Amino acid sequence: MIVLYPYITGLVAGAFIVSSLYHVFGRTELRAVARFSLASAFVFLLFAPLPLLMHLGQPQRAFNIMITPNFSSAMAGFGFIYAGYLIVVVMEIWFVMRHSFIERARGAGPIAWLCRIILLGNAHEDDATRAADHRIARFLAGLGIPMACLLHGYVGFLFGSLKANPWWSTPLMFVIFIFSAIVSGIAVLIFHYMVVARLNGWRLDQPCVRSLAKYLWGFMIIAVALELLEVMSIAYKQTEEWEVLGMLIREKLFVSYVVLQYLVFSLIPFFLLGINSLFSLRDRVANAMVWTAATMLLVQVLLMRWNVVVGGQLVSKSMRGFTDYFPGLWEKEGIAVAVVIFTLPFGILWVFNKIVPLFPEAVPRGGSASGTK
Amino acid sequence: MTDDRNRSRREVLKLLAAGSGLLVFPLGTLLAGEREAAGDGARAPYWAYAVDTTRCIGCCACMRACRDENDVTAGVFRTWVERYRIGFDGEVRVDAATDNGYVFEPAAGEVARAFFVPKLCNHCEKSVCNQVCPVGAAFNTPDGVVLVDQKHCIGCGYCVQACPYGSRFIDPKTHKAGKCTFCYHRLAEGLAPACVHACPREARIFGDLNDPHSKLSVLLRQRHYRLLKPELGTHPKCYYLELDREVV
Repeated sequence: MIVLYPYITGLVAGAFIVSSLYHVFGRTELRAVARFSLASAFVFLLFAPLPLLMHLGQPQRAFNIMITPNFSSAMAGFGFIYAGYLIVVVMEIWFVMRHSFIERARGAGPIAWLCRIILLGNAHEDDATRAADHRIARFLAGLGIPMACLLHGYVGFLFGSLKANPWWSTPLMFVIFIFSAIVSGIAVLIFHYMVVARLNGWRLDQPCVRSLAKYLWGFMIIAVALELLEVMSIAYKQTEEWEVLGMLIREKLFVSYVVLQYLVFSLIPFFLLGINSLFSLRDRVANAMVWTAATMLLVQVLLMRWNVVVGGQLVSKSMRGFTDYFPGLWEKEGIAVAVVIFTLPFGILWVFNKIVPLFPEAVPRGGSASGTK
Repeated sequence: MTDDRNRSRREVLKLLAAGSGLLVFPLGTLLAGEREAAGDGARAPYWAYAVDTTRCIGCCACMRACRDENDVTAGVFRTWVERYRIGFDGEVRVDAATDNGYVFEPAAGEVARAFFVPKLCNHCEKSVCNQVCPVGAAFNTPDGVVLVDQKHCIGCGYCVQACPYGSRFIDPKTHKAGKCTFCYHRLAEGLAPACVHACPREARIFGDLNDPHSKLSVLLRQRHYRLLKPELGTHPKCYYLELDREVV
């Protein structure tokens, strides 16, 4: 379950960074996924604490982390960092989508009622309010970037700051986590956007996909390079800890780390995205390659989280020998619960889209007029 | 006018003196350390532990005594005994006894050297487990024992990961952090921890570091000892007499 926690917060941070690329840095080609990325960050953020809650032995005391925090503990920061970031994301959504909420609030029915509640009675709109909304949303998007980095960097810090564990204890850990978060965030957006477009018969916004693919390629190179450099530096120094870590990599994690994480799920997407970025391919071929690479990178980041979180716990504290772990299917922290927790945000996104369209400018395949779902 | 000014200056000085006295007194008490007992001036104990690795025979009476005394849940251990077997080829094989003792498999190569190392919570002065506890449920007592407040522990397991000695666990029955307490309830009654009491070879020694005549203090002056993972800066208070270099 603790594998899923950094994975989901990574998706949050990554999706938010994409939305900020559009809102703050003016990458207008990402307009097609700007709303979708912000909404994705929001729903994944809603579910980020759930794996933690499932992990706690005393979940009913979860709020003690904010009521009686012990500030010498890095973990005590979670509640505050999470709550602060959630407020920023919710406010940004409110300002970015206020126009849509006002439109939906005009009608009748439960959704209109819900939108009126969300608007908090402020349904006034003219050019001046639109400009103000835009300015505030841009400010919040800018503020959200360091907060997203803080949220996920903090998750990396939770692991990197534990001196008892040689597999975790590195100052590079939080940097690696931030970059892998961006990779997973972009990957989930590409994956989801292309699936939704296919299911709804929309024409893909080709410049947007190409741009996302290039970002994905760039960030994955940085993330993988950092991960490799970290391991290589330990291996090269040949310190005492390498004796046990080398064995961990060669024996316990050989398949999930060396074969799957690097050779299969890093190398293949690297080539797919590289070819796609360097050569001009037909849209159909390029899209298939990008989607495959994005899906593989989603798995790669999950593998990375697994190898970090579980790998670190496999080393015995006496630095002699290893333990074994594999989650059960039905237990509290098992595979079935993990699948449910990971699937729920997609369901919530579907509901979100029913209230406010996340792809307002989607164009049906073969059509030219702008239309919504 | 001058008198008034003088009087007021005197009053101010008096106030300052009284105020600083109030400040200095408790500060002084604090600086003298929590080891100093308030009241009669006698030193309060500061508990620590030693393991004489040359004396342990791996009978595991300590483990059974601990389980009985503290009603430790089956499957987890507050103290355990590791067996080290070093072959002529230099290969080090380590295993730990379970409740059923050791598994004696057919000899896998000749053993050049073998010994037992009892392990338990090191009750570190700078305990990482306390540092990382998000709700402050783990704490150091003034007499040098690391405890967990079971009414506050949220069972996150972060302390289990942070402890460099593998001394903590999440109790499968209570779903909270569990660990050795130096049998704190026995200390309150003037008794030694159950494991120390049960050891037939006096391989486990418990005592007061503040008492220069305690058996522990004398041993630490006279014998060679090592600490586990001293480089981590946790300042453990479990001293291993004549510990083999293979043990970390």
